[in-house]
Amino acid sequence: MNYLFDLNAFLPGVIAGVAGLIALLIDSYKNDHDGIYGLTVVSLIAALGLSIIDMFGPVGEAWSGMITYGGVSAFGNTVVLLGALFCVLISREYLKAIEHEFGEVYAMVLIATSGMLALASANNLIMIFVGLETMSICLYVLAGLIKEHKIGAEAALKYFLLGAFSTGFLLYGMALLYGATGSLSIPEIAQNASSNLLFIAGAGLLLVGFFFKVSAVPFHMWTPDVYQGTPTTLTAYMATASKSATFVALILIVSKMLPAETAEWSEVLEVIAIITMILGNIIALVQDNIKRMLAYSSIAHAGYLLVGLAAGTPEGYSAVLFYLLAYTIMNVGAFGIVAYYERQQGLDFTDVNNYAGLGFKRPIMGVMLSIFLFSLAGIPPLVGFFGKYLVFAAAINADMIALAVIGVLASAASVYYYLRPMVYMYFREPHKDVPFVQAGITFKGTLIVLTILTIYFGVAFGGLHDLLASYYSGDWVTHLTGN
Amino acid sequence: MQLLLNICIYLPLVGIAGILVARNDKATKWISLLATSATFLLSLPLLFNFDIAASGTAQYLTETAPLIGGMDIKYLIGLDGLSLLLFMLTTLMGPIVILSSWDSIKKHLAGYYSMLLLLQTASMGVFASLDLIVFYVFFELSLIPMYFLIGIWGGKNRIHATVKFFIYTLVGSLIMLVGLIYLGYDAGSVMEGVSFSTDWRFLSGTEYTIGLVEQTYLFAAFALAFCIKVPLFPFHTWLPYAHTEAPTAGSVVLAAIMLKMGTYGLLRVCLPVFPNAFAAFAPYMAALAVIGIIYGALVAMVQKDVKKLVAYSSVSHLGFVVLGLFAVNVIGVQGALIQMVNHGLSTGALFLIVGMIYDRRHTRMIEDFGGIAKVVPIFAVMFMIATLASIGLPGLNGFIGEFLILNGAFNSSVIPQNAFAVFAALGVILAAVYMLWMYQRVMFGPLKHKVNEKLQDLNAREIGILVPLIIFMVWIGIRPVDFTRYSEAQVNELIEQSQQKRIAVQQAAHKEELPGWASTLYDVTNELASKSQNK
Repeated sequence: MNYLFDLNAFLPGVIAGVAGLIALLIDSYKNDHDGIYGLTVVSLIAALGLSIIDMFGPVGEAWSGMITYGGVSAFGNTVVLLGALFCVLISREYLKAIEHEFGEVYAMVLIATSGMLALASANNLIMIFVGLETMSICLYVLAGLIKEHKIGAEAALKYFLLGAFSTGFLLYGMALLYGATGSLSIPEIAQNASSNLLFIAGAGLLLVGFFFKVSAVPFHMWTPDVYQGTPTTLTAYMATASKSATFVALILIVSKMLPAETAEWSEVLEVIAIITMILGNIIALVQDNIKRMLAYSSIAHAGYLLVGLAAGTPEGYSAVLFYLLAYTIMNVGAFGIVAYYERQQGLDFTDVNNYAGLGFKRPIMGVMLSIFLFSLAGIPPLVGFFGKYLVFAAAINADMIALAVIGVLASAASVYYYLRPMVYMYFREPHKDVPFVQAGITFKGTLIVLTILTIYFGVAFGGLHDLLASYYSGDWVTHLTGN
Repeated sequence: MQLLLNICIYLPLVGIAGILVARNDKATKWISLLATSATFLLSLPLLFNFDIAASGTAQYLTETAPLIGGMDIKYLIGLDGLSLLLFMLTTLMGPIVILSSWDSIKKHLAGYYSMLLLLQTASMGVFASLDLIVFYVFFELSLIPMYFLIGIWGGKNRIHATVKFFIYTLVGSLIMLVGLIYLGYDAGSVMEGVSFSTDWRFLSGTEYTIGLVEQTYLFAAFALAFCIKVPLFPFHTWLPYAHTEAPTAGSVVLAAIMLKMGTYGLLRVCLPVFPNAFAAFAPYMAALAVIGIIYGALVAMVQKDVKKLVAYSSVSHLGFVVLGLFAVNVIGVQGALIQMVNHGLSTGALFLIVGMIYDRRHTRMIEDFGGIAKVVPIFAVMFMIATLASIGLPGLNGFIGEFLILNGAFNSSVIPQNAFAVFAALGVILAAVYMLWMYQRVMFGPLKHKVNEKLQDLNAREIGILVPLIIFMVWIGIRPVDFTRYSEAQVNELIEQSQQKRIAVQQAAHKEELPGWASTLYDVTNELASKSQNK
């Protein structure tokens, strides 16, 4: 009975993991890409359905307190699975076009997803470590997919070295926390939290490890190179699903494990948020390569997310959750369109100059990219605006007005680089004749669904926001930092 | 009736859907004309059924339940005295701008008309929304279509102009967003059952007051956004670029409607919600307005490009509107309101006229013309009327607005020096100088260029566009009361209320609790408040 209960509590993760293993098997015996792709899509949809149902279900712990289910975890799982599903749907056609479609890609995505789900549901530092590593190792493989190109090899190596380095921080932090509190379970650590040096050093190192993974400044160096060298649809997967999972775990740690009495955690997050927003946005201004631009923009978005965390209120946490969904939708969309243009032209097509005049050649794609970019820039009535609104509102309500002002100014600067691809697409004449192949129905359909979601959640955000707020209304969260 | 208001606002979006389905250039034009004309016709009942005596309360209200639990953010749409005329101006301009681009836009028609229609929806939304978050959403939404209108269909330096326009206005409005959120939480803290409120009816009411220090910061945040949009000197630098590079329809909408969003915001939000700061900063804002009036006029005088000249004259004219608002009395504010409409009509007409001559000659330089009055007599007459209206000739609309504003500025208790009004009046003279001089150089004298001998006079479509505008110019000039009566009750109420709020906040404030700068800043207005009470 107990096993069944446990299994049920982590069913989405189990489905993804098992499907990943089966995919590996199919690949080694039959090399049947259609079958693997079908299996991936079906299992992701099943897992997604289950975790959406869990969002409305009860909240509790399972696997002897190793994971939590329901509530925030279920929402985190949903965002991760949404990201994974959309990325898989657009990957097939793109990978085929760039001639890098291997069966292992889907297996790696599935196994990484199961790691992310473990990460987003973790209630124990060991779970966090296991989830993070499962995810990271698969992502190192995916980063090196274009292995015959220099950028691909660079991406994989850089990601692996820096990732392993950051894992060192993470583990060291966990060890110190264990030393300070005698436990690895997050609730128990929270009960024994104190302001002695061991605890603070442990928690600090743990945070550093996380900052690496979410590419917060000054731990962001790997991001642009890795994003550039990875096949675009998988970059989208990396940028959205892995970031969402890591952020959900970070929310869990910050909201449950780091009481405000022990140290000025909120100030730490505030400082990191400020430098991340400023640096991410400023460097993005001068990027000519769209993928690098989106990489720096994703660094900047990590900064906005940290603003919500720094606010340290239930409102802030639910704002971060909403933002993760918004970010996933619009970022997968933007990368998807970049992949569409790239697919036609080969891998070096990501320079913004090449986008000249493309907006009128493929009007629907152009309009969709514009919508995603406007949403990333935070222009209403799109989902990105409402996400930004919520995190800044949380900061203002927590009396961090300076933080909010810096945030909006940074996002005002960001508008310049989000407008740039549109300037090229629409305002400049094409320099060469670019032949275009029609996109497949799945590819196009996925992007259209993402566009609709971008607009839908920008206008009808109320229900989702209330649901997220309700996760923080009960006694479930016992330790909150700050206010 | 409230359904009708919503239909008006969203009908242009239906037009966009129609355009996307039609995929045909000719159908595109007709669909957009149909959508905007229908919007205009449907908006007429809103004007005729408007209860003038109750103009202080919003009518045709659509009010949904709060969109977010615990927060009083709702879709709240309605018209009152402040917004009615501007809303009607927007619906009137709709078909006019569509017709003005009938022959002159030749590439990417579907995109062009979709953007104009989206802009129409956004502009109507700005004027009709009574929840400040909804207001903000429409305010920002209006940037996107204008960005593309200038960027795709604009002139040579369009990219620079449009990016500058977009970022300049966005910086202001993002700062406003921070202020808006702070204001919402502040209002929520005194309301029962919600933690956040941006309902304008509550914010502007007398039950809700804000402390002096907060008011200063909030006023600064909001006023910055609105002043950039107006644009008030010294934030005007984006305007000449945007106007010169924009296609005719873009310039018309920009001048007639989008600039009004700034002055409208000052009136709608800043005056009733931050009355103390509004009064305390009035002399400074009025000074900027007067500088803008004179500066705009002087720069306009030396322009060689007619369109740029009209653009700078906008800076000057909107200086008058801001001066009227910061007079903080009924005459001044009424003048500012009617002047917003006037500027929309006369500057809108001037941009249309410049566009018409540009379509014919593909130049807007004054020196390329001269003596064409004999060749194109109808054009000359129309141009003359619009020019005179813009100058403020008695009998035409510009005079009414400027007269009321100057009158308000003379009698204002918050801007005590008459120097403001005196210098502003100088602007009227300068306006006559630069407009008439330009008119003379373009229309009269010997026919200098041979090409101009073959200029076509206005066709029926172009006359049809200009005639409604001219009718209103004359109508407002002769019977302004037909227009000012819509807002009179509300402006009275608004001034009265803001006065009460001002005094209440002033009396509640203790000098020792305030930082030094605040007590000096507001002590001054304290005397004024009591002075104006004695009046």
